[in-house]
Amino acid sequence: MKVLVTVKEVAEVDDDFELDGLGVAEEYLEYDLNEWDEYAVEEAARLAEAGDDVETVSVTVGPQRSEETIRMALAKGVDRAVRVWDDALAEGPLLDVAAKVRLLSAVVAAEEPDLVLTGVQASDDGFGATGVALAEALGYEWAAVVNDLELDREAGVATVHRELEGGVEEVTEVDLPAVLTIQTGINEPRYASLRGIRSAQSKELAVSDLADLGLTPSDVDPSVVLTDVAEPESESDATLFEGDADEVAGELAAVLREKGVGAE
Amino acid sequence: MSDDVLVVAEHRRGSLRDVSFELVTVGRELADETGGDLHVAVVSGDVDAHAESLNVEGVDVVHTVAVGEEFNHDVYLQAAVALDEALAPRYLLAPNSVNGLDYAPAVAGALDRPLVPDAVALSHDDGLTATRELYGSKVESTVRVEAERAVATVRGGEWPAAEGPGEAAVEAFELEVDESLVRSRVTGFVETATGDVDIADADVLVSVGRGIGEEENLELVERLADAMGATLSASRPIVDSGWLPKNRQVGQSGKVVTPDVYLAVGISGAVQHVAGMKGADTIVAINTDPNAPIFDIADYGVVADLFDVVPALIDALEAE
Repeated sequence: MKVLVTVKEVAEVDDDFELDGLGVAEEYLEYDLNEWDEYAVEEAARLAEAGDDVETVSVTVGPQRSEETIRMALAKGVDRAVRVWDDALAEGPLLDVAAKVRLLSAVVAAEEPDLVLTGVQASDDGFGATGVALAEALGYEWAAVVNDLELDREAGVATVHRELEGGVEEVTEVDLPAVLTIQTGINEPRYASLRGIRSAQSKELAVSDLADLGLTPSDVDPSVVLTDVAEPESESDATLFEGDADEVAGELAAVLREKGVGAE
Repeated sequence: MSDDVLVVAEHRRGSLRDVSFELVTVGRELADETGGDLHVAVVSGDVDAHAESLNVEGVDVVHTVAVGEEFNHDVYLQAAVALDEALAPRYLLAPNSVNGLDYAPAVAGALDRPLVPDAVALSHDDGLTATRELYGSKVESTVRVEAERAVATVRGGEWPAAEGPGEAAVEAFELEVDESLVRSRVTGFVETATGDVDIADADVLVSVGRGIGEEENLELVERLADAMGATLSASRPIVDSGWLPKNRQVGQSGKVVTPDVYLAVGISGAVQHVAGMKGADTIVAINTDPNAPIFDIADYGVVADLFDVVPALIDALEAE
């Protein structure tokens, strides 16, 4: 059985930042593995540990720098990785969903995994759509926002819980092959061990460009384009307390008492 | 192609969800801009009862698709594609809910149309323009669809719910479901936020978020809750980490709470969290980041390290 897990390097923005052109100025960005993907990687690693014939492959779309994050997946137990990149992708990080899916589906179609795990969404662009759109493109079944997964390999069925709103989970059986988008909290992601980090250095990390995937630059032309970015106006009309901790605490305590807090 | 707008309503276990009526509002606004009609589709469940509820001001036609009981994405995909073929709408809108995420991207893919996910504003002049948030909600972006037609999902709570009596035509839409393409089966539901404490009943909540850092620091906010006579609740990361049980989680996937006083400690105020507590009478926030969205809805705020302020606040309350 083969499990493919997609990962994405995301940018996190400092508390104070400035915009530059159609993005955040580079000096205010820090790059990390997308939080949701950490849970997807962990789920893949657990599936690999549960069977001795499970191969795990990680795929990312990103520049050279993103090898740091995909190595994290390798360090946590993923067997090998594919990084997709091309100069034609360098113009902006915000591809539209369809363009992302064309890139990923080319890789997945070649790998033919039984199960694809993605994060529910990426913390930077927040699409929440790529996994399900990927399934549709591949002709795979899918389930979005999965926070519990049980696999019956013999029957070719995954029984999942989908985390709905309001403290309710939907129990669904999904025929394989399938794409599952993984929600945070499904497991407790491990820290990479030193041994894992060392062994990740020698694992295969293949790089594919558009031509390798049988695509041309026009295949990744976005049909949804970014035209403006802005810092949202603060809508805050909060009364702010400032000063040293005791002073602030005294004022806050007075407000709380006035609101009836602590009254027997 | 017509200039019409089609929105797909959402219901669960017998009830229409609020976002369905918000979709009518945004759908009507768009249809006024395109000069077309607003169609509302309701798929599965008691479609006739739902159609009656959805017949509110602004809706031109409600299409009822009587197949199955609960949401199933394979069925919704087929229904949306068939309705799209019959009505040829310029824009198709779905909620950016957990179920919306489970079919709208597939609909856009099947129709080969651009997808705008999680829009917080939408407008049409010669094409579709949307506002989307990036990096949580730190940056607001404007995107433009470079195609005549599009699929969009809209964030809940961003538009008012449509209301008032409508004059819509209600039409039954016949859908022959291709069962060979239904490869998922919903077998039940589980309530997860159960337990001895119901945070929705509390008058005063002290809610703790990622800013607390480590599990052993929880004791500090527990002491604060004691000093306030409050119930302890949390934002998602605390529950994901297993530090507090699911029944303590405030937000979209947890509980919606409306206490008299809500004190947010180390919570930045992601949209999913705010959806669960914005109805509190008085909101107080302690956070180190002055730009944290929690301050947008707070009545009182302290921009400071919670590890300085919370011990001092406990002292001040206990000095009483």
